[in-house]
Amino acid sequence: MPKVPGVIKGLGVTLGTMARTVTQGANTVQYPREKEAPPTRARGVIALREENCTVCMLCARSCPDWCIYIEGHKEKAPPRRPGGKPRTVSALDRFDIDYALCMYCGICVEVCPFDALFWSPEYEYSEPRIADLLHDKDKLGEWMETVPEAPDLEVGADKKGKK
Amino acid sequence: MSLLAISIPYWGQSLLRVLGVLLVVLLPAGTLVYLFLFKMMSFMQSRLGPMEAGPYGSLQLFAEVGKFIQKEDISPRGADLRIFRMAPYVVVLTVFLIYVAVPFGPDAVFADFEVGVFYVLAVSSISVLGILMAGWASANKYSLMGGLRAAGQLIAYELPMVLAVVGVVIQAETMNMQGIVAAQSEGAIFGIDIIGSPYVITQFLGFMIFMIAIQAELTQTPFDMPIAESELVAGYMTEYSGFRFLLFFIGEFAAAGAFAAVAATLFLGGWALPGAWFDQTEDFMNVVGPLVLLGKLVLLAGIIFWIRFTYPRFREDQLQRFAWKFLIPLALANIMVTAVFKVAF
Amino acid sequence: MTAVTDRDQLRYIAGQAADARVNVELETEGMTLNIGPQHPATHGTLRIVARLDGEQVIWAEPVAGYMHRGYEKLTEVRTFPQVTTLINRIDWLGSFANEVPFILACEKLMDVEAPPRAQYIRTILFELSRIANVSLFLGDLGVQLGALTPVFYAFRDREYVLNLIEGATGGRFHPNFDRIGGLKDDLPAGWIDETKAVMKKMRRFCDEMEELLIGNEIYQARTRGIGVIPSEVALSYGLSGANLRGSGVDWDLRRDQQLPMAWDKCDWKVWTHPDGDVFARVWVRLQETREATKIVDQLVDSMPSGPIMAKVPRIIKVPEGEAWVSTENPLGEMGYYVVSRGDIGPFRVKIRTASFNNISIASWVLRGVYVPDIIAILASLYFILGDIDR
Repeated sequence: MPKVPGVIKGLGVTLGTMARTVTQGANTVQYPREKEAPPTRARGVIALREENCTVCMLCARSCPDWCIYIEGHKEKAPPRRPGGKPRTVSALDRFDIDYALCMYCGICVEVCPFDALFWSPEYEYSEPRIADLLHDKDKLGEWMETVPEAPDLEVGADKKGKK
Repeated sequence: MSLLAISIPYWGQSLLRVLGVLLVVLLPAGTLVYLFLFKMMSFMQSRLGPMEAGPYGSLQLFAEVGKFIQKEDISPRGADLRIFRMAPYVVVLTVFLIYVAVPFGPDAVFADFEVGVFYVLAVSSISVLGILMAGWASANKYSLMGGLRAAGQLIAYELPMVLAVVGVVIQAETMNMQGIVAAQSEGAIFGIDIIGSPYVITQFLGFMIFMIAIQAELTQTPFDMPIAESELVAGYMTEYSGFRFLLFFIGEFAAAGAFAAVAATLFLGGWALPGAWFDQTEDFMNVVGPLVLLGKLVLLAGIIFWIRFTYPRFREDQLQRFAWKFLIPLALANIMVTAVFKVAF
Repeated sequence: MTAVTDRDQLRYIAGQAADARVNVELETEGMTLNIGPQHPATHGTLRIVARLDGEQVIWAEPVAGYMHRGYEKLTEVRTFPQVTTLINRIDWLGSFANEVPFILACEKLMDVEAPPRAQYIRTILFELSRIANVSLFLGDLGVQLGALTPVFYAFRDREYVLNLIEGATGGRFHPNFDRIGGLKDDLPAGWIDETKAVMKKMRRFCDEMEELLIGNEIYQARTRGIGVIPSEVALSYGLSGANLRGSGVDWDLRRDQQLPMAWDKCDWKVWTHPDGDVFARVWVRLQETREATKIVDQLVDSMPSGPIMAKVPRIIKVPEGEAWVSTENPLGEMGYYVVSRGDIGPFRVKIRTASFNNISIASWVLRGVYVPDIIAILASLYFILGDIDR
C-alpha cells in the first residue's frame, strides 16, 4: 500500500477538525456569555479578614512591589479578666492593596501569621480608571465572600503540617 | 431583452449593467469572505469565528467595511503619492474586467467575446501591475521585496495557467466562453452523455494545473511569498490602511471568486446543467444559471481556501522551480495528449 | 547626557547613527534591512540587521537588549522568596522551570534537601512546563513558515497543561511554587487522574503535529538542509538544549548531572538527530515532548507519600557561600550562580540563560541564506526575548 503523501494527510487533519467543530462544538468559550470557572487555587484577588489582622506589617514588608499600604494605631483594651493588666491592641486604620502594582505572587498571603489574607479566584474586577484599582479595607473585606474552601489534598499528601 | 416584456431606454440598460457588475463582483466576494475566511478557517482551528455582528456573525463583513471606511487616510512620507493611491484601484479593476466575460446564463453575459478565454487570461495579469505599483510606491523595503516577489511569481505562473486552458480549448473547438459551456453540457464522454462532458474528468491534469496556477495567481498559501505575513508584515500591502486596504482585501476575495468562476466555466460546465437533463437554453436558466454558477464557484473556492489554511508556504526559488521545471512541462504534455486524442477519436 | 570624549565611543555611536540613516534610504546594491524590533517573526523585541543582495543575506547581526529589565540588579535588593517570584518571568513560557535552578542553588548553600515527594512533584511540574513551552514552539514554527492552523491546535492543547499547572499552583504562567526546602503546597485531589488524561491528549497533539506539519512535503522542502550547524560549531558557540541535540551531540543535563530531582527514578530516552538543520531541531523537540509526557506518566504513578517541605526556618537566611546549579530547561541550559553573604536576600545572582547563547550563533548561521530562511532558522533556534535580555 503506497504511503499517503503528507500533503494529503494534512488536508485530512484540517477537515477532521472542521467536522469535529461543527458536530461537537468549538474548544473556545464565548465569553462573556459563558464563563469557565477557574480552579479553586487560582490567584484572582486577595481578600482580607479584618478581625484577624494585628497590623504586624509582615505582608507589606514582604511584597516585592510594595503595593500594600497599611496604617494602624494602638488602642487601649480592657483586661482579659477583671483585675488584670490593661492591654494594648492594634487597630487597623487603612489596608489598601494596589492591584495595578500587584504581581499576584502570593507572598503576602503565605507570610501572614494570623490567617488574615486569602486568595480568591475572582478575576472580573477591571476598572476604566487605574486609580480605582486601589482596593481599600472594605472592598477587600467584600472579597472574603468569594474565597473558596481549600481543596482536599491528593492521596499520599502529609495532611498534618502545612495548611 | 426577451426575459421581461418591457422596453428599457439605453441609459437604463447601462445603469442596470453597471449595478449588475457591482453585484456580481461583490456578492461572491462577500460570500467567500464569510463562508471561508470567517467560518471555515475558524472551524478548522477549533474556534467559532465572529459571532457577535448579526446571527452567527453574518454581518461581520459590513461591520468591517464600516470600520475601514471611517479610518484616517495615511500615506507614508516619501511615497510616490499618485502611484501609491492608484495601485489598489488597478488591482480591483482587474476583477471587474474578468467578470465581464464570464457567462451567467444563456443570455446573461455582459460581453460575449469570440475569444473570451484569451481575453480573460490576458486581463487577469493586469493585477501584477497594481501589485508592483503598490510595492514600489510605498517607500518601504518590506513592500518593495513583496512587490518584486509578486512580480516574479505571478508572471511565472501565468504560463501554466494558459497552457492548462489550451487543452480545454482544443477539446471544445472554440474560445468563446458560451461555446465552451455548451460543449460541456451537450458533449459526451466516449458516447456516455448522462452528465454531459465536464472537462474536469477528461482534462483532469489540466484542471489540477489550473487550480495550482490560480492558487499562485491569487497569492494564496502555499504561494503567498509576496504577502508572507511572518516575514514581510504584509508585503506590498504593508503601508495601506483604511479604505485602500479594504480595496486590497475585497479585491483578493473578489479575485478568488472571479478565478473560481472562470475555472467553473472552463472545467465544471459553468452555468449549465447537463444537456441530457433538459434543454439548457430555456429562459428560466437566466435565473437558475447564476445560482448554479455560484454553487460551483463556492465549491472551487472552498478547495482553494482549504489548501490555504493547511499548508506552509514555499520559498521563492522553490516556487519558481516548481512552476518552470514541473508545471509547464506537465501542461505541455497535457496539450500533446489532448491533441492526439482529439485527432484519434 | 554628558559629553562623549572617548574617540572609540564616538566612532561607535556615529556608526550606529549611520546604520539608522542607511535604513531610511533605498539602496539598490546591498540593501540593509532591519528585521525588528517590532516584527511578527521575532519572538519579542529582537532586532536583526541584515545586509541583503536581492534576497540573499550577505551578513546579519542580532541586536539584543530591547527588553532588558535589569534582573541581576533587581535580585540584589530582594529577599529569597521575592527573587523566586521575579525569576518566574525570565523565560515566561517555561514557567516553573525558571525557579528550579535557583532554588537548588540555595538549597546547596543551605545544605538542605527537599523530601522525595517534593522532588517528584518538582520534576513533574518541570516536565509540564517543558510540554507547554515546546508545544507553543511547534505551533509558532507553523506560523513562521506560513501554516496558519497548527498554532491554534498548539494553544488549544496547551490550555490543558496550563489548567493543570493552575490547579496545583494557582498561576498559569507564573506558578511561584518552589520554596527553599520543598514546595509551597501539596497537589489538590484529583490532580493525578487529570494529569494522566492530559498527557494522553498531548500525545495525540504530537501525532497531529506530525501529520499536519512535520510530514508535509512543503514543510520538508523548507526545512531540510537549511541552517545546518555542525556539532563542533554548536559546541563552540555555547548552544544548548535541543539545538545541540539536533546537531548530533548527545548532551542532556537531566541525565548527566546528579541533582536532587526525580529524573533518575524513571525510564526515558535522549533524542538526537545527526543532521543539524532546521528539520532536525524541530524533530528533536517534538520527540522530547512525547518523552516528557512519558516521564510525567511514570512519575505520577510512582509518587511517594510524605511531607513536601523540609525543616527550614521561617525567615530564610542562606549561609555565606557561592553555588552554581544549571538544569536542562525547555530552551536549553539555564543556570544560576548565587553569591550569598548570610543575609535574607542574595548578594549577587548571575543568571546564565540559554537563549543568549543560542542567539549568538545567528550571525554565523545566517550567512548566505535567503530571507525566508532567516525566519525559519530563527524559529528553529527558539529563543524567548525575556531569556536573552533578562
